[in-house]
Amino acid sequence: MLDHKRDLKAWFYLAIPLVLLSIFTFYPLIKTFLISFFSEYNSLTDDFGRYFDLYAYQTIFNDRFFIQSLSNTMVLVFISVPLSTILALFIAVSLNSIKVLQKFFQTIFFLPYVTNALAIGMVFNVMFSHPLIPGIAAEGLVNTLFQTSIDWVGPTATYENWMMVVLTYAIWNGLDFKILVFIGGLQSISKQYYDAAKVDGTSNNRIFSHITVPLLSPIISYILITSFIGAFKAYESVLAVVGTVGRNLDRNRWTAVAYVYDKIGLAGTDLNDISYYSRGAAAAVTLFGIIMVFTFINLYISKKTVHY
Amino acid sequence: MKSSTMNVPTYQSNEKMIAQKRRDFIATLIKYSFLSIMAFIIIIPFYWMLNVSLQSSEEVLNSLNVSFFPRVFSPQNYVNTFFYSSAAQGNIDFPRYLLNTVIVAFFTTIGGTIFSIFVAFSLARLNFKGRDLIFTILLATMMIPGEMLVISNFVTVSRFGWVNAPNEGSYLAVIIPFLVSIFHIYLLRQTFKQIPNELYYAAKVDGCTDFNYLWKVMVPMAKSSIVTIIILRVLGTWNAYIWQDLVANERFKMITTWLRSSFVDLQATGSGRVLINYQMAATVIVTVPLLTLFFMFRKYIMRGVSRSGIKG
Repeated sequence: MLDHKRDLKAWFYLAIPLVLLSIFTFYPLIKTFLISFFSEYNSLTDDFGRYFDLYAYQTIFNDRFFIQSLSNTMVLVFISVPLSTILALFIAVSLNSIKVLQKFFQTIFFLPYVTNALAIGMVFNVMFSHPLIPGIAAEGLVNTLFQTSIDWVGPTATYENWMMVVLTYAIWNGLDFKILVFIGGLQSISKQYYDAAKVDGTSNNRIFSHITVPLLSPIISYILITSFIGAFKAYESVLAVVGTVGRNLDRNRWTAVAYVYDKIGLAGTDLNDISYYSRGAAAAVTLFGIIMVFTFINLYISKKTVHY
Repeated sequence: MKSSTMNVPTYQSNEKMIAQKRRDFIATLIKYSFLSIMAFIIIIPFYWMLNVSLQSSEEVLNSLNVSFFPRVFSPQNYVNTFFYSSAAQGNIDFPRYLLNTVIVAFFTTIGGTIFSIFVAFSLARLNFKGRDLIFTILLATMMIPGEMLVISNFVTVSRFGWVNAPNEGSYLAVIIPFLVSIFHIYLLRQTFKQIPNELYYAAKVDGCTDFNYLWKVMVPMAKSSIVTIIILRVLGTWNAYIWQDLVANERFKMITTWLRSSFVDLQATGSGRVLINYQMAATVIVTVPLLTLFFMFRKYIMRGVSRSGIKG
């Protein structure tokens, strides 16, 4: 009797949040998987159609723009994350070893975090801007500085050019969080290791590679996992830097998430009777699968190499 | 004999010390130069947005190269941007977008925080059947990327008649789907767990109900975590873009949509060229409240960030 009453009380606290979670988290999770397999799914009537098959997956892997979006995502993930992690590590180690102006530098390095990713992305767009017709608008900061007239982010920009700017922004934008977490980690390393090394006359490079990095390895692994996951989901940063107005982004510049969002707006089916919506769902599931596999590989490697 | 050689440094060891000192000095110099260069790179975009936002329209449209400092100082840009409206945007201006954002932020923050407190409380303190199962399910779903949910949620919300609704339904479409955050529940539960059980039993003996115990003891004790959650919510709403842009009606969209809209030259001197000075003024208007919040609540924000790994 008492147990029963206790249970009731708990459900009083849980009921509304759990109903909301069921409708908007648990149910859609299963439903997205189902939509990706029902290639005739109709988003307007919410009718799954007759066929349970893999055609949506087949279609997206034959879709030039999906392959391109995956490849863009991969380039972003595998270049920006390692570079910004290494840079953040150096900054954090330098910051941790100085006394004068430490707080000042720390605040500056954290500034990008409390800004809007779209807003600063648009500033990067303006810094790298280039008028399509000479004289219609001013050249941006970079072209002015280097006396060039290159289209970095506009509609005629080459792949290397716009990707370079997107990567620069991704690295710039990724530093804040990593530096903060690294500093927290560095401050928890006991000073006696460094004192012992000093007594032995160990060089700075050796201290870095034989004390700092191994003792920081759990944090490095945490940073890598969260940043990889974040980079796989990149969309807004690319949109802000190389998009035009609103959510308009050249199809060749899509990331995997951009591909998914593009399909949400499209009702109906394509020429082969494959629903656009099913294609979007298939792309989301594929991305989810890649992130999962990648996270497990990451965890496996860190289990073997991380020094606790 | 031995001690005297230790105390009185010989000429050689003195030289060694000088060399060591010099190395340390050079290392410090390198560190400061490196940090200064990186800090400079971090600052550039902030400077650039201020610089361009204060340039005159004449300057950004009709000069060949951009200048590093406004030639004609034009703070009037901010006023013009603030009240800029065009037919393409449904003739609504920034104050309206701001109102929408504030309304959404208010309800998501209040609702989301109260729900987080309730769920975290029952998971941390109450004993009931199925508690561990619920907690396990919540932990497992925390890893799911939101993009997986958006596809289905869009259909759900549009079947509720909220998508592009010309009335308050648009607010519901933006607020309801992400009202409960599993991560915030998890964060609070960890804090609640640290409060000793003895307090609970003592309160019970004194005849305190669970509800009173939650509000009078647990919530005040978990104050800093709750403040962190509230700030993360506010930052998240302020920066939210794609979902609200996707589901809300023109008149109910938020400031990020305004930020991404195009500000064109309405003086009709040319063919409606984009005014990047207005665009940059818009980014400054969106960024300044964020920076203000940061300097007011630096401690809480930094704590929340290092625990979450989630951006805004």
